[in-house]
Amino acid sequence: MDKFDWLAVGAKAGFIVLVLLQVVPIMVWVERRGSALMQNRLGPNRVGPLGLFQSLADVLKFLWKEEGAPGHVERFYYLLAPLVSLVPAFMTFAAVPFASSIMIGDRLVQFQIADLNVGILYIFAIASLGVYGIIMAGWASNSKYTMLGSLRSSSQMISYELSMGLSVIGIIMTFSSVKLGDIARLQGETLLQLGSLSIPKWGILIQPLGFLIFLVAAFAETNRLPFDLPEGESEIVAGYHLEYGGMKFALFMMAEYLNMTTASAVISTLYFGGWQLLPGMTALLSWAQEALHLSGMGAEALRVGFEMASFGIKVGFFMWFFVWVRWTLPRFRYDQLMDLGWKVMLPLSLVNIFVTGLMVYYGWI
Amino acid sequence: MLVKKKKGVLQELYLIEIIKGLFITLKNLFFAKKVTIQYPEERRNYSDRFRGMHYIKATNGVENCTACMLCPTVCPAECIHIEAGEREDKEKYPVKFEIDLLRCCFCGMCEEACPKDAIKLSNIYEMSTTHREVYEKSFLLEQRGGK
Repeated sequence: MDKFDWLAVGAKAGFIVLVLLQVVPIMVWVERRGSALMQNRLGPNRVGPLGLFQSLADVLKFLWKEEGAPGHVERFYYLLAPLVSLVPAFMTFAAVPFASSIMIGDRLVQFQIADLNVGILYIFAIASLGVYGIIMAGWASNSKYTMLGSLRSSSQMISYELSMGLSVIGIIMTFSSVKLGDIARLQGETLLQLGSLSIPKWGILIQPLGFLIFLVAAFAETNRLPFDLPEGESEIVAGYHLEYGGMKFALFMMAEYLNMTTASAVISTLYFGGWQLLPGMTALLSWAQEALHLSGMGAEALRVGFEMASFGIKVGFFMWFFVWVRWTLPRFRYDQLMDLGWKVMLPLSLVNIFVTGLMVYYGWI
Repeated sequence: MLVKKKKGVLQELYLIEIIKGLFITLKNLFFAKKVTIQYPEERRNYSDRFRGMHYIKATNGVENCTACMLCPTVCPAECIHIEAGEREDKEKYPVKFEIDLLRCCFCGMCEEACPKDAIKLSNIYEMSTTHREVYEKSFLLEQRGGK
């Protein structure tokens, strides 16, 4: 690696971290206003335009709060736990491509912090590290409710991570690669040609069942409703973060929203073509390139911008979907959750692998 | 009695039901009337029988009260304090008429007991203050609460 590579990686990492940090307050605002509107309320609408600065005010409040820890906690692990759940939430995004590539001079720059050859495995590995933060918080808090919360979290993680991993096998088989960059690129190929209309080979079109399993498992993985058993306000008060307050609690909250962002990004990369342009955007791009008389570098930059926008729209939709589902569905009972995980999703994902295997063997996809 | 409803295959799958549910919340988000009353700008309309802050009714600038002591007698919270006096024209009147709102339980019995229609409860409900105040006659005479 020379100076150029270091600079490129640093710029990409900085960009991602900045964007992710902005996403959290906006998502908190979307969650609060969205839930309020769905429940025929108005939600926070006083601070700034439409209440957009509410999260800023909340953060200020969190920062000014007293930094106390209850006497019965294991102090070192208690303080470490929020960081352990926050850092992996940031790290996961490193392997997600957010646009294709661009030539700067004679160097190819890929819009992905690290195009790892183990791509999707890296994402699974780091994402499941996040649960250690939850378990650590529950254990170190030294209280019954937090303990129950973290126990629930770990058993939920085991039962859903399995079907999550198995559901992705189908995608890996069809694209014969675990590199997320490859998977996103290959989804631009044509699946069906209907006259002038070409249908792209997006993951959801060739793996609808896999998508469904992955989506459900992603909800369980991010501890969002209907699978927010580790928090379960009505049963175990607040679950694993019961003993936390102030900024330490806010870090758990941030980690939750960052996990949501990453899950949405992975869903859109695997099943919705990642940075591939949305239908209609291709025409818009060529029109814009012509209208602005761009060529060479400028046109390429515009294309990258369009790809980022397309990726952003997809991720944004899934983040809204997380919020939408949360305020629509009630929480699962614990045994129902386990039933769904082991008796429904695991067999279904195995069937999905089998069917995909047959389809690949006979060359249908 | 527990009645088990028969469910179809599509309902057992839950997926379609979930999508229906999602659209119900979306419909509420966009089209439902919001019930929030945005307080400082909008206010709830209370009925005229609402029992809020007290006021003393006056006719021709003279308070109706004759210091008959019925209201401090009936008051369960003992928050009304009246000292009676005599006017030039030999009429009894309250020299002091104080209400300790911190003690008042807004039962409205003073209003019911008053034979002269002098002490009334208005529909003013914003009574928070930064200091513990005993409301005096001059203040109570000014309070009308829109009545």
